[in-house]
Amino acid sequence: MKDKPLSLESVSRTFGATEVLRDFSLNIVLGEFVAIVGPSGCGKTTLLHLLAGFDKPSSGRVIIKGRVRMVYQQDGLFPWRTVAENIQMGLRHVRDKTERERELKELLALIRLEGFEDNYPHQLSGGMKQRVELARALAGDTDTLLLDEPFSALDYLTRLRLRRELARMLKERPRTVVLVTHDIEEAAQLADRVIVLSDRPARIRCELQLAAERPRDPTHPEVIDAMHQILTVLGLEHDARESEVFSL
Amino acid sequence: MKEEKLSGKTRVLPVIVLIIIVALWVLISWLQLFPESEFPSPQSVVQGFGEEIRAGRLFDDLVASLFRVTLGFALAVVLGIPVGLILGDRARARRALLPTVNFFRNLSPLAWIPFAILWFGIGDRPAIFLIFMTSFFPIVLATIAAVASIPAVFFRVAENYGYRGAELLTQVTLPAIAPQVITALRITAGLAWVVVVAAEMIAGRDGLGFAIWDSRNGLRLDLLVVNMIAIGFIGVVIDRLLLQLTKLPNLRWGYER
Repeated sequence: MKDKPLSLESVSRTFGATEVLRDFSLNIVLGEFVAIVGPSGCGKTTLLHLLAGFDKPSSGRVIIKGRVRMVYQQDGLFPWRTVAENIQMGLRHVRDKTERERELKELLALIRLEGFEDNYPHQLSGGMKQRVELARALAGDTDTLLLDEPFSALDYLTRLRLRRELARMLKERPRTVVLVTHDIEEAAQLADRVIVLSDRPARIRCELQLAAERPRDPTHPEVIDAMHQILTVLGLEHDARESEVFSL
Repeated sequence: MKEEKLSGKTRVLPVIVLIIIVALWVLISWLQLFPESEFPSPQSVVQGFGEEIRAGRLFDDLVASLFRVTLGFALAVVLGIPVGLILGDRARARRALLPTVNFFRNLSPLAWIPFAILWFGIGDRPAIFLIFMTSFFPIVLATIAAVASIPAVFFRVAENYGYRGAELLTQVTLPAIAPQVITALRITAGLAWVVVVAAEMIAGRDGLGFAIWDSRNGLRLDLLVVNMIAIGFIGVVIDRLLLQLTKLPNLRWGYER
């Protein structure tokens, strides 16, 4: 019964007089990569906190199956712990010590940070820190990753590199992923399904399925096409008819 | 704060300043601008050092003062940090107690001297009490502030990775506040060292503070200067020792932003 690891059933969440979610439903399928995009303050973070179990809905049901872990925009690592100690946080439930050691080695190899295990987070670049966070979240038998704008504090080229890294890691260790992002290109490049949210209270404005095999390039035709559709829904791109009017 | 690489020349600068001060002192006393009874000469102070060390007084006073500061300060740390943690964690308790803590924080501990003598007499106990009153409130306030400034994301991560109860305290809260609390301890230890001198001047029969008072009463200004130098020097040593704590690798993050 793990085919739907996460689902929201007509969930509402209000903070005082502010209605962030109203009658919101969403099913996430096992192994699926779902990206959620939408305007600032539309309730994306509330949605993630509900899915992580940090927050409870005002009404409706949130169903969480298996181990869910969150990756943050920045500074989610404990700065008083080394890279290895941070990753080992994700292996706390693994009883066997040699098994933990082996897994740590594998994860360090996966994020290509061998030799950095004794460094502290403040000694690493932004991109390296995010890789350590990903490794910590992947450690052990995590079922679902929740990514809260994980690359938005990085420069553009590092962001592109980390997207590739993430896609590669997921190829090696498939997981169910929910990515919340402002970055439409990121959503279209990484996800199987992109969900565009409206302003508060958030509704699903449109849903796109992307069939192209992951990992994809940011210039893959299906990615470009998806970006066009998302931007059009958000009113940030002239739709076809408008361009015709202009070309007349 | 990155420490700049100091060249050999900049390293000797403090020594040069010290030499200039001593040279000025020698010059002024050689010119006899002030009478010896008001301005002791370097030679008499050097002799005074020899006298105090041979008699064992300097060492005894030093031990007495350090004992009082250590005990009073340790008591304040052992009680102040837990109180700060509890108040930092509980908004209602904090709201109730913060004004009182602030009141005592801003009340000079020296104002307690009469009560210290009335309640505890003369000797170690009034001084320890005064050191405690000096250190406890700033430590509580610093701990509250440090707890309040822990990023919420750390607690979410902790929840995500199953840290609860005692483990949450020792693995997350304490390491997260450590750099700020240690900075506060350095400042507070400096205060405590200042206050012990005043406490011993009035409520002591020994200790460096008492030695200051005793020298003044005996019109031995050379010994007065001997003790002043000892007090200043030990104060610097205490601060340097606490500074070593900030060099621990798992605390560096708090000082390198």
